[in-house]
Amino acid sequence: MTPRKPVTDWTTDWDHLDPRWREDPYPIWDELRRSCPIAHTERYQGAYLPTRYEDVRAIAHDTTHFSSRRVIVREVRPEPPIPSPPITSDPPHHKPYKQLLLPLFTAEAMTGLEPKARAICNELIDKFIADGHCDAAQQYTRHIPVRVIAHMLGVPETDSDQFIKWIHEILELGITDEMVLMQATREMAEYFAGHIAERRNRPKDDLMSQLLAARIDGKPLDDRHLNGMLRLLLIAGIDTTWSGIGAALWHLARTPTDRDRLNAEPALMPTAIEEFLRAFSPVTMAREVVKDTEIGGCPIKAGNMVLLSFPAANRDPAVFPDADKVIIDRTENRHSAFGLGIHRCVGSNLARLEMTVAVEEWLKRVPRFTLAGEVAWSEGTVRGPRQLPIKFSS
Amino acid sequence: MRIRVDPEKCQGHNRCKAVAPELFVLDRFGNASAVGDGRVPPGFAEKARLAIANCPELAIEIIED
Repeated sequence: MTPRKPVTDWTTDWDHLDPRWREDPYPIWDELRRSCPIAHTERYQGAYLPTRYEDVRAIAHDTTHFSSRRVIVREVRPEPPIPSPPITSDPPHHKPYKQLLLPLFTAEAMTGLEPKARAICNELIDKFIADGHCDAAQQYTRHIPVRVIAHMLGVPETDSDQFIKWIHEILELGITDEMVLMQATREMAEYFAGHIAERRNRPKDDLMSQLLAARIDGKPLDDRHLNGMLRLLLIAGIDTTWSGIGAALWHLARTPTDRDRLNAEPALMPTAIEEFLRAFSPVTMAREVVKDTEIGGCPIKAGNMVLLSFPAANRDPAVFPDADKVIIDRTENRHSAFGLGIHRCVGSNLARLEMTVAVEEWLKRVPRFTLAGEVAWSEGTVRGPRQLPIKFSS
Repeated sequence: MRIRVDPEKCQGHNRCKAVAPELFVLDRFGNASAVGDGRVPPGFAEKARLAIANCPELAIEIIED
């Protein structure tokens, strides 16, 4: 990877690939929120960075000036943008695709996956529990969401490593390397094309077959959109929740009081999970400015991208008292970890289920644990631990 | 006390149903509305307040009547 020019002024030259951002972005956002709540950079062909909750919220709700045709801030902007409906769709095209997915991802539908998710967690723990230590990011959190979503889509769970490789290429390496992005996108398209062809002849009992049978205005989805939708479901459902579970375990490993309290009072789990989602929101989205406008008193020019940092919004003290503290029994928490407005994450119920199950099963088997070395974080659009050495204690 | 979910604002975050399951019903897309005419039964005012405080879309309102 080519070395990047270090950031000298975060208000006019911010860069989310800067190592300081990757290591600990919160002080950067806190400072910007005070001094320059909508920062700008000439990098990435021009992009804004709002850090206040109200501004992030206003942009997420404004589909007239802010398009979702590009949802990742990259060095390059491929033309035409690669469609992955509904996440890359604007009104009026967004709604039919979203409504096709929503019934498949309701909280009620997700409860059917709970036994499967618990079994996956325990199988993983079985493999390292006797060692007394593990890399929780590589041996535990990494494998849970990918196996659940593979199971849902109806593709082999044994292809998990391939999916994780594509996601790394598209979401991390692809920010600066268009060739890698295009290659991974092509490989995924070929992969899904094979599975789609198989199901056209013989539908199975899986989500892919349900999408094949789906109709919008009486017509089936064309191959390009179907393929994009499958790519979205696979990408969106994996390293996001991997990151969410990892950040939760990271916090508990370094905060014995919260760890012990959650062991003693398992009824706190729902508020704890929401608080982990708020304090360590994994997902940052993006919008493309398509018409000049103004946000929070700041002129916003068409042609720029916006890094839509729900993680920064969720640390805004104007909305969350003690925003910089993790309070596992915080009862009032209208965080935006799953986005705001029409693009609310369709998989939020699945993510919550996976996070809850993964933390619960971990605590049952490994109630006491601490950090045992250097933690490494991912970069770019999704933030979470990619190396999380943990040692178990008695 | 009565509550109402604004269907234009609700995006199906499911937070109200999670904190106050007695007070909300979901449609097949996961979007919420208040049970019945929205009247909050005695003893449920605190749960209604929590639902309002946890809705990311500020979609739940109190109707004074």
